[in-house]
Amino acid sequence: MHGLINRAIERFVRDTYGRDTWGQLVARADIDFTEFESMLTYEDEVTEQVLEAAGTVLGKPREEVLEDIGTYLVSHPKVEALRRLLRFGGVDFTEFLHSLDDLPGRARLAVANLDMPDLELREHGSLSFSLICRSPKVGFGHVLIGLLRAMADDYGALVMLDHKGSKEGTEIIEVRLLAMEHTSGRRFELSAGAA
Amino acid sequence: MKGGQSPLVGLLDTLCPMHVLVDATGHIAHAGPTLFKLRAGRALIGIRFLELFELKRPRHDGTMASLRGLAGTKLHLQLREVPRTDVKGVLALMPEDASMGLPGGVIIDLSFGISVLDAIRDFGLTSADFAATDLTIEMLYLIEAKTAAMEASHMLNLRLQGAKIAAEEKAYTDTLTGLRNRRALENVLQRLVASEQDFALIHLDLDYFKAVNDTLGHAAGDHVLQQAAKQMLKEIRGDDVLARVGGDEFVLILARLTDAGRAHDIASRLIAQLEEPIPFNGKTCRISGSAGSALSCNYPQPGLDLARMMEDADIALYAAKEAGRGRHLTYGPEMRRAAPPPVARDDGSVAAAI
Repeated sequence: MHGLINRAIERFVRDTYGRDTWGQLVARADIDFTEFESMLTYEDEVTEQVLEAAGTVLGKPREEVLEDIGTYLVSHPKVEALRRLLRFGGVDFTEFLHSLDDLPGRARLAVANLDMPDLELREHGSLSFSLICRSPKVGFGHVLIGLLRAMADDYGALVMLDHKGSKEGTEIIEVRLLAMEHTSGRRFELSAGAA
Repeated sequence: MKGGQSPLVGLLDTLCPMHVLVDATGHIAHAGPTLFKLRAGRALIGIRFLELFELKRPRHDGTMASLRGLAGTKLHLQLREVPRTDVKGVLALMPEDASMGLPGGVIIDLSFGISVLDAIRDFGLTSADFAATDLTIEMLYLIEAKTAAMEASHMLNLRLQGAKIAAEEKAYTDTLTGLRNRRALENVLQRLVASEQDFALIHLDLDYFKAVNDTLGHAAGDHVLQQAAKQMLKEIRGDDVLARVGGDEFVLILARLTDAGRAHDIASRLIAQLEEPIPFNGKTCRISGSAGSALSCNYPQPGLDLARMMEDADIALYAAKEAGRGRHLTYGPEMRRAAPPPVARDDGSVAAAI
């Protein structure tokens, strides 16, 4: 798994629960280093070990941990860069949802060897969508739910999100848009550092 | 637009939000919505196009006729007012027959080009200010994404470099005394020789060290070596190199030194420092040192014969020992006749190693 993904898990634990908790987690995961490098690649089982340890140390089911990671990635001030990159996807939440189809391509443009799950948005009406997430590694769907919820907040939209389960590497997320402009959301300036 | 809105205007506002329609007299008759942001509320319609922008290339004489002669070529323009944003553009002629309005006028479509990052900041532009087909937003995304990725790579480089420096430090440091080791010395010497810099080389052996080791044990010996290193470091400058190259054997490289007298002074001060009594576990250890030196300026350069120079310093050291220890001698050719061949020495001498 790409270092960026492992590093995201690490940053989530450290920024949310503190360095001590991360230390406990590393000890439990039985990996022989304490920090992930964003730009290196790690064996997939390392990520598995870390996620399993996270569930135990944080006392939460794995799905909840993954969802919290997704929320963290968009809403924590320390990772503002990713929020900004996602906001480039569209001027409102619907446009953003439609941009998710391009997300793996966009990610690869930035970091050539970063493999993201294959995403497909299906529109069932102007307010109802399903997001199909295909990945050999099950669990991305839960991260997406956290991420989508935080992005909806960011755009000021009100959404209902539901994980419809996974089957043979495919996860389905149901998205219902209750209000496009529920709140004013957060500002987004095209120019970095202007906000 | 004077004389009624042409249907063209609505199309252009959507397709080219940074276009300008200029009439036959050179005045702006209409402009796309994004251009108004460059004026911050001030008048745009009715002013002369070339009063708003300076046309830097290609050359022209400011008349409408010469402007019309630039149809289809790439225009390099600059906003006349601060922040003097660079803009590029392309010009097309309005039909003479007035079928699209403004006979004798031109349409100029503008774009920020490479100045787009500054322009977005300076004029507070949003996605809505660019045509839906414009790649600017994708470019901004890419710039930010690549910057973030570069930053992550840069951090990795810094950490790897830190680890490399630490490893090198370790590889080039004598663990007991913290001085440079033989490997570090070899590097320094090779660098000096390659860059043809002059230097003095002082080869120094502790005197009576074996006695300390034999009577007070290895712990005392280690302590004495550490203290000796500390004392000698007091006498050297920042870019000099002091290395421990054997049990009680040291080499000092004095960069840029070509004066035998100064080398002698420094060596004598080192020896005086070594003669300071060193307390250890209630006992006092007394040592001294003998030293011999050679100066690179006395050898043919380039292609300094380093082995020969080290051997000469070694011979001078041996002569100093013979002369009663606790002293320094500078190498002279007469010593070579008196000295036994250097290979006869029992310890691994530096000359033999390099």
